[in-house]
Amino acid sequence: MALLLVLLPLIGSIVLLASRALPARMVASGIALANLLLTGFLLMGFQADGRYNYEVSLPWIPQAGVAFRLGLDGISMLMVLLTNLLAPLIVLSIGTRDYDREGRYYGLVLLMLAALNGVFMALDGLLFYVFYEMALIPIYFICAIWGGENRIRITLKFFLYTFVGSLFMLVALLAVYYQSPSDGVAAHSFAWEALVAAELDARTAGWVMLGFFLAFAVKMPLFPFHTWQPDTYVSAPAGGTMLLSGIMLKMGVYGVIRWMIPLAPEAWHVWAPVFLGLAVFGIVYASLIALKQSDLKRLIAYSSIAHVGLIAAGVLVWNKTGMQGGLLQMLAHGINVVGLFFVADALERRVGSRALFDMGGVARSAPRLAALYFIVTLGAIAVPLTNGFAGEFLLLNGVWKYHYALGAAAGLTIILGAAYMLRAYGLAMFGAAGPYTEATPDADRRELIVLGCIAALVLVLGFFPNWALALTDGSVNRILGAVQL
Amino acid sequence: MDILIALIPFLPLLGAALNGLVGARLPERVVGWLGSGTVLLSFLFSVYLFAHLHGGAEPIRTTLYTFLAVDSFHVDFAFLIDPLSVWMMLIVTGVGFPIHVYSIGYMHGDAGFWRFFAYLNLFIFSMLLLVMGDNLVMLFFGWEGVGLCSYLLIGFWYDNRAYGKAARKAFIMNRIGDLGLLLGLFLIFDIFDSFAYADIFSRLPVLRLDPAVLTIIGLLLFVGAIGKSAQIPLFTWLPDAMAGPTPVSALIHAATMVTAGIYLVARCHPIYSLAPTALEVVAFIGLLTSLVAGLIALCQNDIKKVLAYSTVSQLGLMFVALGMGAYAAAMFHVTTHAFFKALLFLGAGSVIHALGGEQDIRRMGGLRRALPVTYWTFLLATLAISGVPLLSGFFSKDEILANTFAGAGTGWWVLSALGGGLTALYMSRLLFVTFFGNFRGTEEQRAHLHESPRVMTIPLVVLAVLSVAGGLLNLPHLLHVPGAEWLAHFLSPSVGESRPAHLLSAQTEWLLMGAASLLALSAIAWAYWAYAVRQSVPKDEAALSRWERVLAGKFYFDEFYDWVIVRPVERLSQLLHYYADVWAIDGLVNGVGTAVQRIGVEFRRLQNGNIEYYLLGMVVGAVLLFLSLWL
Repeated sequence: MALLLVLLPLIGSIVLLASRALPARMVASGIALANLLLTGFLLMGFQADGRYNYEVSLPWIPQAGVAFRLGLDGISMLMVLLTNLLAPLIVLSIGTRDYDREGRYYGLVLLMLAALNGVFMALDGLLFYVFYEMALIPIYFICAIWGGENRIRITLKFFLYTFVGSLFMLVALLAVYYQSPSDGVAAHSFAWEALVAAELDARTAGWVMLGFFLAFAVKMPLFPFHTWQPDTYVSAPAGGTMLLSGIMLKMGVYGVIRWMIPLAPEAWHVWAPVFLGLAVFGIVYASLIALKQSDLKRLIAYSSIAHVGLIAAGVLVWNKTGMQGGLLQMLAHGINVVGLFFVADALERRVGSRALFDMGGVARSAPRLAALYFIVTLGAIAVPLTNGFAGEFLLLNGVWKYHYALGAAAGLTIILGAAYMLRAYGLAMFGAAGPYTEATPDADRRELIVLGCIAALVLVLGFFPNWALALTDGSVNRILGAVQL
Repeated sequence: MDILIALIPFLPLLGAALNGLVGARLPERVVGWLGSGTVLLSFLFSVYLFAHLHGGAEPIRTTLYTFLAVDSFHVDFAFLIDPLSVWMMLIVTGVGFPIHVYSIGYMHGDAGFWRFFAYLNLFIFSMLLLVMGDNLVMLFFGWEGVGLCSYLLIGFWYDNRAYGKAARKAFIMNRIGDLGLLLGLFLIFDIFDSFAYADIFSRLPVLRLDPAVLTIIGLLLFVGAIGKSAQIPLFTWLPDAMAGPTPVSALIHAATMVTAGIYLVARCHPIYSLAPTALEVVAFIGLLTSLVAGLIALCQNDIKKVLAYSTVSQLGLMFVALGMGAYAAAMFHVTTHAFFKALLFLGAGSVIHALGGEQDIRRMGGLRRALPVTYWTFLLATLAISGVPLLSGFFSKDEILANTFAGAGTGWWVLSALGGGLTALYMSRLLFVTFFGNFRGTEEQRAHLHESPRVMTIPLVVLAVLSVAGGLLNLPHLLHVPGAEWLAHFLSPSVGESRPAHLLSAQTEWLLMGAASLLALSAIAWAYWAYAVRQSVPKDEAALSRWERVLAGKFYFDEFYDWVIVRPVERLSQLLHYYADVWAIDGLVNGVGTAVQRIGVEFRRLQNGNIEYYLLGMVVGAVLLFLSLWL
């Protein structure tokens, strides 16, 4: 069952990349929807007590203790849900523009989907690494082929930066592997349990944690490893930006939860203050920069750095409220940021510019678009009873528990976040219409579907966040319990 | 009963949803009555609950579902119906309903008519969550929700960029307060392991906490109250909020939302009662705000701005009462203030409506003949807020002053009474300049002068009756009449019996009451002489003396914040972007990339394909290896 989540989009992508005759949009939407249905099906029979559901383990390189092993605990299930919930929306949103050779575009998106599902389900260290790198390839091509200005230079930088980060992770992974106990066949094993059981001395653990951190901090990205991100988000096509910000950056946070801290808990006491300092500083830093941005996409990009900084901080404090808040907020942030980038693209198509000063007065001519954009904005600034609130509330409490001053500093996000988000909304939507916005068309049917779904998710998850917490509760207990700090 | 309780907030939410989704396609009449009708139903249900509680029933707690739970970090979506919450529900829906009806007339013909009613209903929903919640997180839901509705309604006419800015300013200043409140919530949870009022207040006496901790909690919560209730230093958003349509100012920025801070302190009174330092701060900020806002109001010429500063000042007075521990007195003033301040705003709206949007009182005058209903109701409200004997404001203000005298002594009483005197002065100035003398507007305005339609004047009359008779709710015990101090008794299960004024002798109380009344009456008389008899009109900016200019310039709070906070932060934002982010950090990243490339270029020279060169390298390498072993 779990295997299908990877195989289905993988087959789809191979078919689309190989053949040009197929109606690519239909195939991609069909597979994305099938994956969503499959996820719903998995969710229905899910046992949320912390163990792995739907586990598959196929022999891969038994001599080296490597297995093709997938499984879903609550944390993985939530991430898989996020991925497959957003995928159909992203596929649908790509259809709002006509792209050259769109069959390949869709094929690469499906390949990405396969890799992402793999990352979130892998229970074998090497398999995780393979999927993690596999996700980078399609997004590289998406950005490099269909991106905007300076796409080659910007995309190459993004690729090299994240790739180099991942190499440090590989080294760290191998270092743990050589300390792992035997699985009966090979001398060592890449199984999650074996890697967790590996005893590291303090020095090694420190290096291992640093190696993982470099990979994940670049991916999320955390201050000061974030400078690839605004350029890439701006230059990538909307679908690519959504994949990157909505789902892919969560690989980094997920990696921290599943791999970084469990594999080298001995180093947490040493490194956590440093990492947390960076994360919380990054929240304020990115929020401040977002305050005066005039390019809507870049503004959202910086806001995403701030939001992810808070998620990372909540996870790094390694307590239950922080962790649960982080997981919930990953779901919420994915939904919101995809909605925001979708709106940014819809405005760019209409106005012909991403500059906020070229916009204004859109609320008058496109009221539906304005209303839906507002609901997404509310989610992004964590107004209660929208999806951003519960997660942010838990995250801030988690950080506050670690240290009250850090919690208060992170709390500045509720002021600054409101300031930059409402500034952007006001500049784009309010005021008198400018020359480019006098007759802005309102949202069309496809846009209403995508944004309507997102707005509905914002509100439903806002009123009822507890099911998601219940889904991950057992697994969070288990992973917190498995790690002796 | 549970369903009935849940319907009270959710009916207005339903109204908001319906009007928001399909209102654009419905006729105004349907939209208006859908919006008003849901509030009326909520009001009737609230009356039912009130009667139930008044009959001696225990407070009702009802849980709809678990909102979130992470072990003991548990938040229920739950309501608490006790005297305090039911009283606030009555105010919110009872004053809210006539304001909704009034809006049907006031917003007639506006393209955003349906949007307006959707937002108003959403506001009522949020405000009801705030007062009905059984825990502090529910209060926070409503707290942020009303802030959001305030944002939407201040910026309702969004074509105007300045209105949009005023809306954003209100939201952000509120959020500054909200951060304090949020941290207060976290600290409360750390100590009490719950957000529910019942748990917190029952654990409070058992825990024997350090008063310093309670003081910090009290102050953090009060930071939230400062933002929401527009106290110094976070008050400057409220006058700007007058950009919203006038019924909004009546409902949100006078009668209900801005009193949320008072509600919060009254609700958490068990904490404050154990934290005298926090109470002193509350009283001090309240008194300071009351005086500063009263002085500013003296020199404002925009009819709504005068009322806005008056609201700030009255809220300050309520915080003084809270600071004295006289929680019921503060709630009494919340009630009467809701009546007469809502009436004043609606009356101002009627004037603005008649003059086609004019808000400057210098271009009004003599309106009492053209707008008789508006005039008479406005007059009654002015007398009520000024504290003229026997009207509602007289009793509620007297209650606060008596408690201030008993709680903090003569000095505090003099200053608070002075705040009351200022109220009488700026309000009667407003009344006489607007309604007396000759009309100073344009000929065109004169030709169109008209009294507002009945859908607007009936709410005025209803509120006027309440403004006059509201004092009956809580007559002073001095009068020895049956039903004296009824409201205080009704609220006592929620806010306690604390009332320092009970220590005063009857003689002292009469004396204080007489002195305050004399002050109010002489202020009115002076204003009558100056503005009705001599018919002087407020001077233009250029003719102001230096002190008047400071007052007209609102003590330059806005300019100060602009220079000290807004501009530096904006500058910092740009500096961080260009220097820290693009130049330093990204420059370093690119530098590493370039360096690697350079090194690659250098190393490429080694791979020149010359066998002898490789051999030489091998020999040198081997020699070095041996040398290293040998050494």
